[in-house]
Amino acid sequence: MALNALEQEALTALDLSRPRPLRLTDHLGLLRASSVVLFLILWEVFGRRVNPLFLSYPTAIANACAQLLASGEFQRQALGSLQVYAVGLGAALVLGIFLGLLMGRYRLAEYLLDPYVYALDATPRVALIPLLLLWFGLGAQAKIAVVFLSGIFPVLMNTFSGVRTVSSGLVDIGKAYGAGERQVFTKIILPAALPFIMAGVRLAVGRALIGIITAEMFTAVTGMGALLIRYSSAFATDKFFVPVIFLALLGVLLSVAVEALQKRLAPWKETERAL
Amino acid sequence: MLQVRHLSKVFFEQNDPRKPGLVALYDISLSVRKNEFVSLLGPSGCGKTTLIRIVAGLLPADRGEVLVNGKPVTSPGRERCMVFQQFGLLPWRTVLGNVEFGLEIEGVAREERREVSRKYLDLVGLKGFEDYYPHQISGGMQQRVGIARALSKKPDILLMDEPFGAVDAQTREQLQEELLKIWAKTDTTVIFVTHSIDESIYLSDRVVVMHSRPGCIKEEVVVDLPRPRWEGDIKADPRFAQLRARIRESLRA
Ligand SMILES: Nc1ncnc2c1ncn2[C@@H]1O[C@H](COP(=O)(O)OP(=O)(O)OP(=O)(O)O)[C@@H](O)[C@H]1O
Ligand SMILES: [Mg+2]
Repeated sequence: MALNALEQEALTALDLSRPRPLRLTDHLGLLRASSVVLFLILWEVFGRRVNPLFLSYPTAIANACAQLLASGEFQRQALGSLQVYAVGLGAALVLGIFLGLLMGRYRLAEYLLDPYVYALDATPRVALIPLLLLWFGLGAQAKIAVVFLSGIFPVLMNTFSGVRTVSSGLVDIGKAYGAGERQVFTKIILPAALPFIMAGVRLAVGRALIGIITAEMFTAVTGMGALLIRYSSAFATDKFFVPVIFLALLGVLLSVAVEALQKRLAPWKETERAL
Repeated sequence: MLQVRHLSKVFFEQNDPRKPGLVALYDISLSVRKNEFVSLLGPSGCGKTTLIRIVAGLLPADRGEVLVNGKPVTSPGRERCMVFQQFGLLPWRTVLGNVEFGLEIEGVAREERREVSRKYLDLVGLKGFEDYYPHQISGGMQQRVGIARALSKKPDILLMDEPFGAVDAQTREQLQEELLKIWAKTDTTVIFVTHSIDESIYLSDRVVVMHSRPGCIKEEVVVDLPRPRWEGDIKADPRFAQLRARIRESLRA
């Protein structure tokens, strides 16, 4: 909104543009960057002194990375992993949100589904991998199933509790203005539960990544997980670090992307939250 | 227009749904004419919100019925609109989005509802705050958003649950006058819940005095002061003082 004349005057008097004394918290980004650089330098220095079987160092890893990229091997495996990951995670998100909404809103759905949901969620996913391999073989299907099972529960549970926390007061507003069940769902429940759903998505993105790598390490045929197994059993520690760093960067990237999406979808939470 | 017949409501214990916890309303009967302005006045907890929620169709009664134009009320309807005691705004919508909500549910086209909403925001003095979120504006401003939203639907019956409770004294007077002007221009029927004796007299044709445990109607006081009431100082009128004394007495007894 436009400031009025008196506010403008007050603002001039306050003179907020005056340089403030130097404070560390004003340069958080810079601090973070220098910390990373410092870490890399220390790693390089100490890494060179350690036996290369146990630990590599940044420049060696960069070399290994260039080699792997040149042969095209890394890209092929990464692409395979990512495809499996995207399909499995996509299915998990869609079904997880759908079931979570259903179970949160309707008692009947909750009572019918929750024994399976809780039992499956409580079972460590690794325990299921051998069975899934038996069912689906060593190909993409089994891995998609693992990713799916790793990703679905965090979204489902979060969506469910998000719907549950929607107060009857909010639903009443909708009803008072004549909203039917469908409109209550789309215009009240869904937006109110959205921050919870997004928190679930964020968790799922990470869990699914763990899922794909675990599955690939089990089968040890294709994908990032297979590369990890291959390079570690060959004691090629420098090469081993390439997929590790790739996965770390991927994880960070995905989580930043989800956060950006969250900001776009739920801008009201941004101004409301503390800090 | 609106008839409440022998209405009773009992709330049950949270942990034992068979055990009655509180008789919130007992045998309430009330009849409101078209275009009448009726206030519900009573101590905290006497069931004013409960009554207005039943009339809105948000809460089922245990006994008795509510009739609007002769038809029993079972659910919310487009002819009744509610202004909530706790503002009732949707935190994920901006001020404008909140006002638009009622029209959106009704299926009014985007352009039109924008325009109508802006008009009502202007009316309650919130021009310029369209893009703010509810938590970024004061309680009094939030309440005005709720009022703008209800007015934008042009309801036949406006149900207002302490709409000016969170507003400072000056704004309150201003809004009271504004409400009377809007009401005079339209043929809306208003049920207005308040704690303030002066407010109820100033606004209403009739003040319904309630008392609690069980919540019931103690007395109905007809306010026969001339209208319009915003001209001159009606509160200094000796008849105003008489009504005030009478209602105070009724509340105390
Ligand atoms: N959902 C509910 N469950 C149980 N008891 C309730 C419920 N809603 C209201 N009550 C009880 O019913 C009584 C009347 O409540 P109500 O909100 O109607 O009072 P009120 O007259 O609006 O009070 P105030 O002026 O403080 O808003 C209170 O004692 C309250 O505790
Ligand atoms: Mg109340």
